Amino acid sequence: MVLVYSDNKKLTFELLSKGSELAKDLGKKSTALIIGKNDDLLANEYISYGADNVFVAESDIDSFKAEEYAEILEKVINETGKDTILIGSNKNGKELASRLAGKLNAGCIVDCTNIYLKDNKITTERVVYSGNAISVEQFNSKPRILTISSKVFEPLKKDANRKGEIVKKKIETGKSSSKILKIKEAVTEDVNVEDADIIVSCGRGFKNKGDIKLANELADVLKGRTIGCSRPIAADLKWMSEDHWIGLSGHKVKPKLYIATGISGQIQHIAGMRDSGVIVAINKDPDALIFKSADYGIVGDLYEVLPKLTSAIKDKMS
Amino acid sequence: MNIIVCAKQVVDASEIKIDSSSNKPILEGIPKKISDIDKNALEEAIKIKEKHNGKITVVTVGSADAKERIKELLAMGADEGVLIPYPDKYDYHIVSTLLAEAIKKIGEYDIILCGEASTDLFSGQIGPKIAGLLDISQITYAQSVNAEKDKVTAERNMGEKSVTSESSYPVLITVTKEINEPRLPSLMQILGAANKPINEWDIESLVVGLEPKIKTVELKGVSMDRKNIVFENNLDDSVGKLVDNLAKDGVLG
Ligand SMILES: Cc1cc2nc3c(=O)[nH]c(=O)nc-3n(C[C@H](O)[C@H](O)[C@H](O)COP(=O)(O)OP(=O)(O)OC[C@H]3O[C@@H](n4cnc5c(N)ncnc54)[C@H](O)[C@@H]3O)c2cc1C
Ligand SMILES: Cc1cc2nc3c(=O)[nH]c(=O)nc-3n(C[C@H](O)[C@H](O)[C@H](O)COP(=O)(O)OP(=O)(O)OC[C@H]3O[C@@H](n4cnc5c(N)ncnc54)[C@H](O)[C@@H]3O)c2cc1C
Repeated sequence: MVLVYSDNKKLTFELLSKGSELAKDLGKKSTALIIGKNDDLLANEYISYGADNVFVAESDIDSFKAEEYAEILEKVINETGKDTILIGSNKNGKELASRLAGKLNAGCIVDCTNIYLKDNKITTERVVYSGNAISVEQFNSKPRILTISSKVFEPLKKDANRKGEIVKKKIETGKSSSKILKIKEAVTEDVNVEDADIIVSCGRGFKNKGDIKLANELADVLKGRTIGCSRPIAADLKWMSEDHWIGLSGHKVKPKLYIATGISGQIQHIAGMRDSGVIVAINKDPDALIFKSADYGIVGDLYEVLPKLTSAIKDKMS
Repeated sequence: MNIIVCAKQVVDASEIKIDSSSNKPILEGIPKKISDIDKNALEEAIKIKEKHNGKITVVTVGSADAKERIKELLAMGADEGVLIPYPDKYDYHIVSTLLAEAIKKIGEYDIILCGEASTDLFSGQIGPKIAGLLDISQITYAQSVNAEKDKVTAERNMGEKSVTSESSYPVLITVTKEINEPRLPSLMQILGAANKPINEWDIESLVVGLEPKIKTVELKGVSMDRKNIVFENNLDDSVGKLVDNLAKDGVLG
């Protein structure tokens, strides 16, 4: 009754943890879905991470297209009678879940940060108004489609002794009228801002890409350091890869220390860092919004402040 | 080329305060505006129209005051507006179904443009959901669009990769904030907008017996209390005080 799908293996493990718990509470079974080539190794891994069984929808589609994947999911749902669908909330997963909801006339809740049963109804929480509120929502119909981001739920401990059935079935789809012309992998720097202890974050106050080194030098003297950035630095200017991007549409972080330099403090940026321990703002504009969201602020030119701060912290720590 | 832009009126989330006694966000009296990215969607529609001619219709499901917002969009360059009132009971399903039914009623369309997500509720589901309801192809997270006579290509920002997709018409496209810089209407355009039609369609003319699939049970406020200590005089002094405080707070590693 609970179907779990993501194209990301780690995220699927996390969904399986919640999915199998919900299935148990509802007295039903959880099924992990694999789309594409048959993969017994992966299927068994899903079972060891909590899936009661695995459905392999065999298809020779080579890359993800929401139109075709939504059709596959619709067919699998009809075939298996699943009514609670958990989908990994990455960009592919979100457009897939939403399209599927349209096809099935179903309710869909995106980016759940919590899922539980209340009055025997599946109830969810999600962040709205740029972090100013949490909306508690409840399904009153089936099927129910939910998407969940990475790191919301902990995966279960792997148990290689778990048993489950693997069902394979070839699923045919129509051709969608869109096609993929090119896929360009972006260079990522493999930073993990979500797990960082201390983040020095850069905004449009930096005049050139090369100047980011001032933030790097500060980060270097701090332990557990990572560099983050606002959306324009990653998305418009492309001075940093997307894995640095913090905010509503980027990564959500909670380091013990967050230093925002040359960031204005628009609410969409705050949404990504508001759970930080201590927040420091460096901005030359005394009226910048960021000071309202900061514990400590320095009004000044980051080109002067950063070198001084770096050497002062170095002194303090030695 | 017939283009439909879905535009939502939102409350300005940056103005929301949390009522400390009830722990609820105060949503009354907050300034309203067009959801930021929907202006990017309209800007892109205008660019496509400049190239291929045609008509741009803006559709909004919203309260009566959204009419003022639609006027802003007509001033920017949309040709016609459609306003559908918010129903008494609502959820994502109802809003997307009303939009899809309105699009069917408009009838002729090549491109439907939506924002990647709204700035208040930010679910990002309405665009692809409309595409699913209409069973047409979808291109999401477009950061550049090139519309040709019989097909469109778009570069999609998928985070760790960029995907270039192509589709024939009709197609639903959701755009990101980076796709363009929305224009500001001139005074002439603002005055001219008064003559452009805004059609108000009632819900019953679109669909009957629509029930929500999801109920909002509660809205809990999340307040953020910060010390707000700002140092602004002598820089060496400020830096010294900041470092002392950080050391005292035990966050220097
Ligand atoms: C739907 C939506 C989602 C969004 N998601 C995100 C998101 O996930 N993350 C995000 O960051 N943004 C997001 N944004 C964008 C957000 O609204 C802001 O536009 C963005 O955060 C601004 O980035 P910034 O602070 O770097 O630049 P700006 O707003 O341009 O601010 C630059 C700041 O630097 C200061 N400054 C300039 N020079 C100096 C100097 N020499 N020394 C010190 N200070 C200086 C200025 O005073 C200014 O305050 C989103 C927007 C929308 C509509
Ligand atoms: C606390 C709360 C209060 C709510 N109040 C109401 C209410 O009073 N009345 C009501 O009907 N619904 C209400 N809703 C439901 C909600 O407004 C709709 O589901 C919403 O329109 C779509 O969700 P979203 O903002 O996440 O859209 P997203 O999916 O993030 O929006 C993506 C894009 O879809 C288009 N779009 C989205 N919504 C609209 C719209 N309304 N008109 C035109 N285009 C749109 C825009 O192009 C937008 O950029 C409420 C929900 C909550 C949680």
